[in-house]
Amino acid sequence: MRKEILYSLRSPYRESLDIIGFKFGGEEKTLAVVGAMRGNEVQQMYVCSKLISQLKILEAAGEISQSRGIMVVPCVNYYSMNIGKRFWTMDNTDINRMFPGYELGETTQRIADGLFRKIQGFEYGIQMVSFYQPGNFLPHVKIMETGFTDSNLMKLFGMRFGIVRTPRPYDTTTLNYNWQIWETKAFSMYTNETSRIDENSANEAVEGILRFMANTGMITKKIHSGYQTEIISENSISQIHSKTGGLFISIVKMGAQVAKNELLGKVCDPLDGELSSEIRADCSGIVYFEYSDPLINENTVCFKIIRD
Amino acid sequence: MIKNVVGASLAVNERLVIRKNRLKNGDGKKRLCIVTGIHGDELEGQYLAYLIGSKIKENISLLNGTVDIYPALNPTGIDSITRGIPLFDLDMNRIFPGTSEGTMPETICAGIIEDISGADICIDVHSSNIFLKELPQIRINVNSADVLIPYAKMLNVDLIWVHESATVLESTLAFSLNSTGTKTLVVEMGVGMRITKEYCFQLCEGVFNLMKQLGMWSGDVTAVREPIVSLNGAVGFVNSDAAGIFVPCVDFGETVSAGNHIGDVLDPLSGEVAEKVNAVCDGMIFTLREYPIVFGGSLLARILQTKGA
Repeated sequence: MRKEILYSLRSPYRESLDIIGFKFGGEEKTLAVVGAMRGNEVQQMYVCSKLISQLKILEAAGEISQSRGIMVVPCVNYYSMNIGKRFWTMDNTDINRMFPGYELGETTQRIADGLFRKIQGFEYGIQMVSFYQPGNFLPHVKIMETGFTDSNLMKLFGMRFGIVRTPRPYDTTTLNYNWQIWETKAFSMYTNETSRIDENSANEAVEGILRFMANTGMITKKIHSGYQTEIISENSISQIHSKTGGLFISIVKMGAQVAKNELLGKVCDPLDGELSSEIRADCSGIVYFEYSDPLINENTVCFKIIRD
Repeated sequence: MIKNVVGASLAVNERLVIRKNRLKNGDGKKRLCIVTGIHGDELEGQYLAYLIGSKIKENISLLNGTVDIYPALNPTGIDSITRGIPLFDLDMNRIFPGTSEGTMPETICAGIIEDISGADICIDVHSSNIFLKELPQIRINVNSADVLIPYAKMLNVDLIWVHESATVLESTLAFSLNSTGTKTLVVEMGVGMRITKEYCFQLCEGVFNLMKQLGMWSGDVTAVREPIVSLNGAVGFVNSDAAGIFVPCVDFGETVSAGNHIGDVLDPLSGEVAEKVNAVCDGMIFTLREYPIVFGGSLLARILQTKGA
């Protein structure tokens, strides 16, 4: 394993922000994995740290390709992590909305540029990502449809679902989108948590990435085959919204198979406890996202269902 | 008349409501919308909304048409000094046009778009952010320049900045309205979390001049200034390369030459000058850093370029 400072930023009052990459294998630029880009993405950093631990073991056992190169960047924005902020410490901008970056631009554009210069040109890229609102996902892998990455490649992770997203204007400045524009086959990986550690889904993510590495010749260790990944379009996923605001109580479990009209949860008046609205499935399928905060506003996505 | 435009219930005993004040008189069909407060830390538009509303109310007989004033498109943001939408950490100006079938922020945005659509002119007032101070200016996407520049010139601003189109900006209120035929002008002036009275007075005069030109206002208006129109690429950006505190040695609005000393980034710990900052081109400083702490990359100034950088 080689450790390399990929980008360093001086702060007026703190130690420098050093973005560290952990390199394994050969000199070919085969796979880059990027973890926490935001200060609350503890789980995303944790998955990368577990992956690095596994790769160290594989390296000691001689089970990493001598030619194929792997780089893992567990944490980009630990400045924000260390002070409990989600976005950039000074101006609250999101590094994952600054790609491909700009060397002469603003601070987060420079960070994005400095990182992107080191992680572009890889054959594959995996970003550990989080959702903008509190909630848990069934672990899955996702691509943004730019016409570059073949969605069938998601099957190499052996996760239960591979989801294809049609990019929206605000996606065009994310790492995943720009990786693809610069001809890296890019994947986003979602696990069950963001600001807390969920061991099971972290293990599932690490296994998925190792399986991808094994299937693409980066490692020689045999990884069990996993799921026969189902590739689905994000447009075909049903989003269930809350009809009222109040206290949110979920009734189903993540990953549950539900029937159309089945009760998924309810919203209660937070002051007198009266039932305010029921949340029911609008189709049969598998619950793959669940809102996780006890308070909920009207029209908030509280469940997502992969239709049967 | 105060009207509710769109709303949604929040978790505990409260509704988020976007409100507007509709001022209407005469049989004129023209409608002007003044919107502000998309970013909760930008407050210049609050005073402007008051100035326009109070003047029209005092002189309602001079109005012929409809003026809708939306002071707070992001009320919980303004209420909590939060730039984006609290809880969601989303920049509201990246969600438009929204959708009535979407999440709460998306349904709110869709309701706003529906309400404004069809107006003759919409003016979306911003005030930079807490870091930068801006000379009163209108920013126009190059794709809308031909249509919007004539109206922008009526608004008594110092500068019209025509900028390149960017895909990420297709989610703004202005882009969404312009692309569906509602002419929308984006004003940037002053600085975040403050009110600069002279700028608000300046733009207020421009708004009444625009109304006069549209045939909506029969009162007297003052002559407006001729703005400088900056076409694409004619702006020099000065970014810090060092970290420290930025102390400018030029004034806002001052004309400088390329290489002129415009300020320093200082290191309070060592007592040394970390970076001597020079102008990157000839021109007028129309953006100047207001918040002194800087990292490498922090924007220090923008210069309206008069010669090659």
